[in-house]
Amino acid sequence: MNAHTDGAKKGMIVSPIENGTVIDHLPPGRAVRIARMLGLTEGAVVIIGQNLKSTKYGRKDLIKVENRFLTDEECSRIALFAPNATVNIIRDSELVEKRKVSIPDVVEGIAVCSNANCITNKEPVPTRMVTVSRSPVTIACHYCGYEVKAEDLRLRG
Amino acid sequence: MGFMNRDIISIRDFTREDLDRVFGVARRLESGGYDRAILHGKRVSLLFYEPSTRTRLSFQAAAQSLGADTVWFAGVEGTSVMKGETLKDTIETVANYVDAIVIRHPYDGAARWAAEITSRRAERGERKIPVINGGDGRNEHPTQTMLDLYTIAQSQGRIDGLTIAMVGDLKYGRTVHSLAYALGMYGCRIRLVAPDQLQMPPHVLSYLSSRGVECTLHTSIEEVIGEVDILYMTRIQKERFPDENEYNRVRGLYRVTRKALQAAKPTMRLMHPLPRVDEISVDADEDPRSCYFKQAGNGVPIRAALLAMVLGGIS
Repeated sequence: MNAHTDGAKKGMIVSPIENGTVIDHLPPGRAVRIARMLGLTEGAVVIIGQNLKSTKYGRKDLIKVENRFLTDEECSRIALFAPNATVNIIRDSELVEKRKVSIPDVVEGIAVCSNANCITNKEPVPTRMVTVSRSPVTIACHYCGYEVKAEDLRLRG
Repeated sequence: MGFMNRDIISIRDFTREDLDRVFGVARRLESGGYDRAILHGKRVSLLFYEPSTRTRLSFQAAAQSLGADTVWFAGVEGTSVMKGETLKDTIETVANYVDAIVIRHPYDGAARWAAEITSRRAERGERKIPVINGGDGRNEHPTQTMLDLYTIAQSQGRIDGLTIAMVGDLKYGRTVHSLAYALGMYGCRIRLVAPDQLQMPPHVLSYLSSRGVECTLHTSIEEVIGEVDILYMTRIQKERFPDENEYNRVRGLYRVTRKALQAAKPTMRLMHPLPRVDEISVDADEDPRSCYFKQAGNGVPIRAALLAMVLGGIS
């Protein structure tokens, strides 16, 4: 199977990669945030496509990252912001694995509680967010119970 | 789940069966069961980072009535918190001195964090020191809710199916957050009376909704006073407001007087976690339906029961 996604095939808006990961079907406007959350902006060759045409969703974002293969935990994190995302693993220009992402039960360390009075925002306490609803994706702070929709979740840093 | 070494952090961590066990022990203590041998040789710390009268003194009275010693601070003046010590370091330190920690803290989630610190200590081979939440910021006050439920059951003979109104500062009031969570377990009908800007936070409402609790929002006491079995008043808490102008817009909005109680059922009970400012007039104290001082008194048997249970004095 050819590794290129539909966006790349139809006019090569986003150039193909030989080895790495293509994160596809991201909601428009989320790619930069997700790339930052995964730490993809540090060193690796990353190609970000925004507002690309999608037959399935109308518009979508897409991320290609060279020589980086995401872990299951990283895929779970993507699901918080893009529950319909697919993660394609490319080796020697071939698609060797296609994963659907699934929403994690717990997210540790990466998010910021939206409650300014939460202990995690006042003292050096690692955050822990718990998924309390999957549709819409809603996350609650393990410490103070404050809930936010996943799209409103703020990231550390 | 047993109570030995158990942390008391959120009322949501407890089942009805758990609460029934606490109430059963509290009743036994009240009917002549206080015995200084129960916690003889135990030491309880009371770490009160915020002002308190009832919670701190009733915990202290409870501990002493069972023979435990207490070590405490009330306010951070004079402690190393003033030098910038973190909560983690304070808990790691105090856990060496005592058998249980009761904490009141201005930040939401502080009690849960303190409990995790003593649990991690236990993973390192130290004794687990149970942590009891005496109120964390705007979040929860589970032992207040236990004594509230105990008072409701005493005064009405039951909790199931009652109609209960909570009035005042529902946004920042930790007592009403915990109480609302708990009432969901008893099939109560909840009436929430507050101005829009002080209504119950969305995460509490969504919790109640997800459990099918009948819950309605109101802006005046008159809309509900004739219907309810419990009228639970709360103080508008000046200290929780980020903006004094916002406080000034809502202060004094709700006030129950003896005359206003004429519209209530003869069996209704008026409750308040106290302290009050002006939301219940002094003349209402004489109404037989007012039970907030009895409610405050119930802090001792409930907190004694909890201390005895988490420290293994009563199984």
